[in-house]
Amino acid sequence: MTVKDYFESLDYAPAPESPSAANAWLDAHDRKFDLFINGRWHAPSGGKTLVTSNPANGQKIAEVADASAEDVDAAYQAARTAFESWSALSGHARARYLYAIARGIQRHQRLLAVLESMDNGKSIRESRDLDIPLVARHFYHHAGWAQLMETEMRDYAPVGVVGQVIPWNFPLLMLAWKIAPALAMGNTVVLKPAPFTNLSALLFAEICAEAGLPAGVVNIVTGGDQTGAAITAHPGFDKIAFTGSTNVGRIIRRVTAGRGIKLSLELGGKSPYVVFDDCDPDGAVEGLVDAIWFNQGQVCCAGSRLLVQESIADRFIDKVRRRMNMLRVGDSLDKAVDMGPVVAPVQYETIERLVKKGLAEGAVLYQADTAIPSHGCYYPPSLLTNVQPASTVAQEEIFGPVLVAMTFRTPAEAIELANNTRYGLAASVWSDNINLAMEVARAVKAGSVWVNSTNLFDAASGFGGYRESGFGREGGKEGLYEYTRPKWHPRPHPELPGKDSAAFKNWGRATPPGPAPLNQVMSDESQVMRKNGKKHSTQHPVPSTFSIDRTAKMFIGGKQKRPDGNYSRPVLSPDGREVGLVGDGNRKDIRDAVSAARSAEGWGFRTGHQRAQILYYIAENLSARAEEFARRIAAMTGVTLEAALHEVELSISRWFTWAAWADKYGGVVQETELRGLTIALTEPLGTIGIACPDEAPLLAFVSLVAPAVARGNTVVVVPSQAHPLAATDFYQVLETSDLPAGVVNIVTGDRDHLTKTLVEHDDIDGMWYFGSAVGSAMVEQLSAYNMKRTWVNYGEPRDWADEQQGAGHEFLHQSTHVKNIWVPMGE
Amino acid sequence: MARKTAAVNGNGVKHAAAPKPLTEIERNPGMPLDLGWVNRARVNRSAAERRAKTLPARRSVKRDAQAAWLLKAVTCIDLTTLSGDDTPSNVQRLCAKARSPIREDILEALGMADAGITVGAVCVYHQRVTDAIAALQGTDIPVAAVSTGFPAGLSPFKQRVEEIHASVEAGAREIDIVITREYVLRGEWQKLYDEVKAFREACGDAHMKSILATGELGTLTNVAKASLVAMMAGADFIKTSTGKESVNATLEVSLVMTRAIREYYERTGYLIGYKPAGGIRTAKDALNYLAVMREELGVRWMQPDLFRFGASGLLTDIERQLSHHVTGRYAAKHHIPMG
Repeated sequence: MTVKDYFESLDYAPAPESPSAANAWLDAHDRKFDLFINGRWHAPSGGKTLVTSNPANGQKIAEVADASAEDVDAAYQAARTAFESWSALSGHARARYLYAIARGIQRHQRLLAVLESMDNGKSIRESRDLDIPLVARHFYHHAGWAQLMETEMRDYAPVGVVGQVIPWNFPLLMLAWKIAPALAMGNTVVLKPAPFTNLSALLFAEICAEAGLPAGVVNIVTGGDQTGAAITAHPGFDKIAFTGSTNVGRIIRRVTAGRGIKLSLELGGKSPYVVFDDCDPDGAVEGLVDAIWFNQGQVCCAGSRLLVQESIADRFIDKVRRRMNMLRVGDSLDKAVDMGPVVAPVQYETIERLVKKGLAEGAVLYQADTAIPSHGCYYPPSLLTNVQPASTVAQEEIFGPVLVAMTFRTPAEAIELANNTRYGLAASVWSDNINLAMEVARAVKAGSVWVNSTNLFDAASGFGGYRESGFGREGGKEGLYEYTRPKWHPRPHPELPGKDSAAFKNWGRATPPGPAPLNQVMSDESQVMRKNGKKHSTQHPVPSTFSIDRTAKMFIGGKQKRPDGNYSRPVLSPDGREVGLVGDGNRKDIRDAVSAARSAEGWGFRTGHQRAQILYYIAENLSARAEEFARRIAAMTGVTLEAALHEVELSISRWFTWAAWADKYGGVVQETELRGLTIALTEPLGTIGIACPDEAPLLAFVSLVAPAVARGNTVVVVPSQAHPLAATDFYQVLETSDLPAGVVNIVTGDRDHLTKTLVEHDDIDGMWYFGSAVGSAMVEQLSAYNMKRTWVNYGEPRDWADEQQGAGHEFLHQSTHVKNIWVPMGE
Repeated sequence: MARKTAAVNGNGVKHAAAPKPLTEIERNPGMPLDLGWVNRARVNRSAAERRAKTLPARRSVKRDAQAAWLLKAVTCIDLTTLSGDDTPSNVQRLCAKARSPIREDILEALGMADAGITVGAVCVYHQRVTDAIAALQGTDIPVAAVSTGFPAGLSPFKQRVEEIHASVEAGAREIDIVITREYVLRGEWQKLYDEVKAFREACGDAHMKSILATGELGTLTNVAKASLVAMMAGADFIKTSTGKESVNATLEVSLVMTRAIREYYERTGYLIGYKPAGGIRTAKDALNYLAVMREELGVRWMQPDLFRFGASGLLTDIERQLSHHVTGRYAAKHHIPMG
């Protein structure tokens, strides 16, 4: 075309970014890369390699090593050795290294961007303007956290050696999200890039070397799925961090269960993009481009479910179609394209299969009327209308440039539809009415909510999901907890029997008991009192008076309920005497309790002040009956009355502690680069199942229940199996303290049996389990189905009387998750 | 395409025929004020800013296409002088530049010597209209007069209307009117509508560009509403600013105004032109504005009958860029003939 031709047509012309520097770098390595272990390149032990190719043209770019389990172990050992000295460095020393890495990324940012686009297929505009600047920002931000760790995270210590597995959609950015916080908090890492996209990670390895990072602090092992499996199977890692599909996340959750390690998972999404009739429609259409046609839609938080108010739906969809036609699809290195190819043929096929499924289910497909290159993995910008919530394409993550559109009538319906998904990664809300926008932002269950914007990220703001989108946050102070553990609490190393052992197979099975053996029933607790707390009485005096029978029931939905199965279990003193009877709960009791807890969710929307008032009132009412509780504890556990009284006093103090925290942990404003407010809201997890330990039966019960309800959760509690009466006596305290029905539900019985039902219940958001090592493993494993967050003790008791162990910041962290609401400003 | 260049051979060749019409498209007759439509207009500033920030990064135009786009930009320039010290001589100099905006050797190297490249119009105060017309004799380049108490628009209404009549009589074929900002800031849409409608009537066959003075309207939503009212009242073009406000043309404002033009077109079928003015100085700026036109409105709106730049220094930078394109060397300012 001549100047004259262009003058007539006013077409765009190719605007190629030169790949010459990237090619020179690849050539300098003979287009063959080894593993980066202990600061040096290592050939893979098995000699196997993977080919990485450019999805824009299918051409091979380079070969990379395919690491074996042996290589993974070598990398682990290097990281383990490096951990000793790295974790011992001052925060300032680590900050200097992170700062040097950030500078190194900026020095090589164009090379990184070109390499990323060649390898992944994303447009050079995105890698240049979004990915790489965010990478540098992440290291700068976390250089700061390294500097401040000793003061801002003073009760926390590094986790240790971390295994990290990342996806191909934002190769270097995901690397930064994993490595920067890990290093800042004093951990060392073994990171495996995705098989399709290794090159930027390998260049990053050289940047680490250039920054003088000590050998072994960062190790990069490239490879296929087997390499990833070798990392997750390796028992040495103290934490596994994974970003990828929910299915693989489930596998990792199961594989790592019971090991005593930390786990963070950032998984899939089907994020709603909610458009109200009072928004700026052109702004919202433009936002959609960034929501679903950003990175070819291969974004876990892509706004892939358009929910548009019925009153403007037709006009809005017309605008969307028009805008789609303006999208330019082409070579990743063309500076004037909006969309490049999808990452690989297999991804193209997945997208096509799901779209066909959508069509078969009645959807109507519109594809952009724009030029699509005939070669390469290019999928056109696509819109599916006539889609219903029941459609497969409305539920499943397509991970491609395909938007599905549905309508709603009212704000309430919009919220319901937005939340009608297994996922909870992100949401966008478009309305120029602040009242409406904030209401929806608060009600949507998602880790990131963008008001009148979409796909905004910043190192200062944690990213991560609700529900089956995973748990843990990356970025912000909230993200630091994923790479630290409380100082008092070293990693547990539970000894587990084999997975096929009876302990695992029979876990959670229980047969309802009959009455206690003869000659041991009907002990007299007042007798214990008279002996003034002496433990383990060997005398069995006959009671002088016959007390009225009291069989504790369940506490469900604010009412005392007889156990569904109509079985009871005796509660015995340490010397085997029956001190009371409680109901033996079963699946249906748990079902009813969960239902009651879920119905009480309004508790989380009460003000902190209101919740605090009730918690103080509970403390007041417990205090009034302190002696009675102490007597009960002493009778059940055999501790001295003095010790029991102390436990009650501590329990009262705990209610005060958590009442105090009820209105002091609402969140912060994050200092992101947004002109506006990024509000990190600490929201309740939702409905939490709590299985209490046997130690300190009242104090542990209170220590677990109080923070959960203080922060707005509703709970289903299984009290100490051995000493449940402290909890059942508590019904009356709860009943007289104005606690709304259903906020606390108590089901007595076999801990593991009830826990199994709880952890398998898909309407439970979190499971706290303080029991055996096997039980902890089972809880973690069974939680994988709906990805509920778990907190287990791996069979290790803790000292509930200790302020750190029994009432530390950890309890706040476990009771909440962070939602970041992005609210841009300016009229 | 509206422009037919058969009557013109090269730059400034004289012809006896009447100048060709400004456009072949049907002029916007206006419509009754639709307050419901006006009041529903919503613009979210942060969203507009985000689009304005990323659009230039998404649309890089390089090499021959860039040269062509820059030449197109030249044809869309309202070459402007609006100074208190304008006299016939500097207006004549400007008009000479308007006839031959790009050096002959550059055009030849681009294969565009015979394309009849001139600027879109010359824009002056009323007092200089006759000077400009005389200096542009023999070309189709229209003279535009800023009017209605430009730039503040606060002289008596009758005088403002009279000013239009005077400039039209003097031969101005385009009139750049300014609106009363007060009407926008006070939400007095009916008054704004009546005012612009009266100006349009006064313009007669002359085309009317309505300057909204967007830098003084407070919000982007006000810009959208004022754009709609001006079009309903019969504007041929909507224009951002006088160049005298502290904030003049921006890409955000351009998004808002072009989107309003698109909506007006979709509802009425009439094509309204757009003129960003003030602060557009570089070739890169010009490419960005053209990209906005292409993306928001389409290729049809990249022609001089629907798109103008109000600028004075822009032409020099474009000419230097084109010089670089054909020579591979960066041009010195003194190698570019003054306008």
